[in-house]
Amino acid sequence: MSATTAPTGTTRGIPARQLLRGAILIAILLLALLPLLNHLPADSAFRVSDFTVAVTGKWICYAVLALAIDLAWGYAGILSLGHGAFFALGGYAMGMHLMRLIGPRGVYGHPVLPDFMVFLGYRELPWYWLGFDHFPYAILMAMLVPGLLAFVVGYLSFRSRITGVYFSIITQAMTYALMLAFFRNDMGFGGNNGFTDFKELLGVPLNTQAARAGLFYAALALLAGSLVLCRHLVGTKLGRVLVAVRDAESRVRFLGYSVTAFKLTVFVLSAVLAGLAGALYVPLVGIINPGEFAPGNSIEAVIWVAVGGRGTLIGALLGAFSVNALKTWLTSVAPDLWLFVLGGLFVAVTVFLPRGLIGLFRRATK
Amino acid sequence: MSKPGLYMDGVSVVFDGFRALNNLSLIVDPGELRAIIGPNGAGKTTMMDVITGKTRPTAGTVRFGDADLTRMDEARIANLGIGRKFQKPTVFDALTVFENLELALKAPRDPWSCLRWALGGESRKRIETVMEEIGLSARAGDPAAILSHGQRQWLEIGMLLMQDPDLLLVDEPVAGMTDQETEHTAALLRRIAGQRSVVVVEHDLEFVRALNSKVTVLHEGTMLSEGSIDTVQNDPRVIEVYLGR
Repeated sequence: MSATTAPTGTTRGIPARQLLRGAILIAILLLALLPLLNHLPADSAFRVSDFTVAVTGKWICYAVLALAIDLAWGYAGILSLGHGAFFALGGYAMGMHLMRLIGPRGVYGHPVLPDFMVFLGYRELPWYWLGFDHFPYAILMAMLVPGLLAFVVGYLSFRSRITGVYFSIITQAMTYALMLAFFRNDMGFGGNNGFTDFKELLGVPLNTQAARAGLFYAALALLAGSLVLCRHLVGTKLGRVLVAVRDAESRVRFLGYSVTAFKLTVFVLSAVLAGLAGALYVPLVGIINPGEFAPGNSIEAVIWVAVGGRGTLIGALLGAFSVNALKTWLTSVAPDLWLFVLGGLFVAVTVFLPRGLIGLFRRATK
Repeated sequence: MSKPGLYMDGVSVVFDGFRALNNLSLIVDPGELRAIIGPNGAGKTTMMDVITGKTRPTAGTVRFGDADLTRMDEARIANLGIGRKFQKPTVFDALTVFENLELALKAPRDPWSCLRWALGGESRKRIETVMEEIGLSARAGDPAAILSHGQRQWLEIGMLLMQDPDLLLVDEPVAGMTDQETEHTAALLRRIAGQRSVVVVEHDLEFVRALNSKVTVLHEGTMLSEGSIDTVQNDPRVIEVYLGR
């Protein structure tokens, strides 16, 4: 009996499903080739530029963020408009590690304190900076801090049965508040300049082909791992309870499930994934500042998922790559148009393609 | 071990000055089948909301066995063994018939257990038995969204059977059913009462007669009359407010 598979009624149209699976595998393999092609001589037609490797690596991190949003929104119906905050917190955790690794190589040459602290007259490292000289600790914090914030915000909201647009507004306020806080110099996170001028990670100088390739593959591995984890999760009974919560929350309660516990589980997991994505994003782009908390970033990430098709996981990846490719191209040819196009895209998808690109694909292959 | 019974005493629910329930008292014995009738706004649904934890009473006692239901949330009350079928059938559209029943199956309800859940042979058999009983065996793999209204009613009844509750609250189960389906439902409810208490709220007096149970008449949030269907149908107060309209 096929009754125990696929929670979202996607079991029909198996050839399309296999086609999609094959396409994803090929896409991942092609992506994995990019850093290798970067090693070709400069005059080769197949040579991929440093820029392309770095930008694609960035998109892969965005794809993980999109996946995290889709897990919460597409499956459990939790529309967070503040996931950029979890992403940025993960990024800041990694940024703190990278700052500590600069050591005495800063402009002021202080043996321990980062430049901005010397400039602001700090005498010693604030307590919350301790431990960040260790890589595993920084990675742990990149998961723990977003996870904890999601737990607190989620617990207070879900327990009080704040759902739908009200929850979305709370998460917007959360990321906005964090942005304002991180802009302040006395928070100890570099104020509006944030962190930059990183030197190395795990002993590898950052501005090298090797570092870019390493970070690229790390991001790709994170993406593949997250996809496998999410796929597995939504295929379990836990995943089916989440879908049930999305479609008829109170009915789930009357069946004896604690809706709060289930929502909290998926929301925290989603925040942890977003944090890890942010942690890999920062060494790839070489900077993190409070602008990453901007409410618009979180909304943009939700649009990726809507464009790709929510509740499908694959759609989130498709949306993240396609919208960001469009953005990279458009902001180079007509930068003023981007926000209008983004808004138009969202309206168009909502009205004409409620199931996103994946829905279009499914219709075409039926 | 004897099964618990339901005990409501002096229960009032006030919404913005409106008394939805007014000093309502009701006792349902273990294994009893009870029909509740009353005109619109009599407080039937509010009564179910109070028992299942959706609404907190303003005053009064609600107990199920030793448990004080006024202090518990919906999930805990459901886990005590109180199942509820809604007036408007509520099933999970995106899930298949089989998956809907699987979620209702009595099993640990925490996220971790659900993550590690594997469907055993015995559970599968139980689900198949219930699918047989509600006539949906052939639709096992279909999403609930494409079922007819009557089939959705049956699926929800099936979900209640999976929960294996000690007290079953059923709100207008035969709305939208054909005569034959109605008869089938009455037979099913009569059969499952005895092992558990069943409280049925219904407008359809023919159906209530077919249940052949004690009847409670609600009016303006309080109990107006109680007894066999013939007793209440001949009660002059009942005739005045309800039947005689």
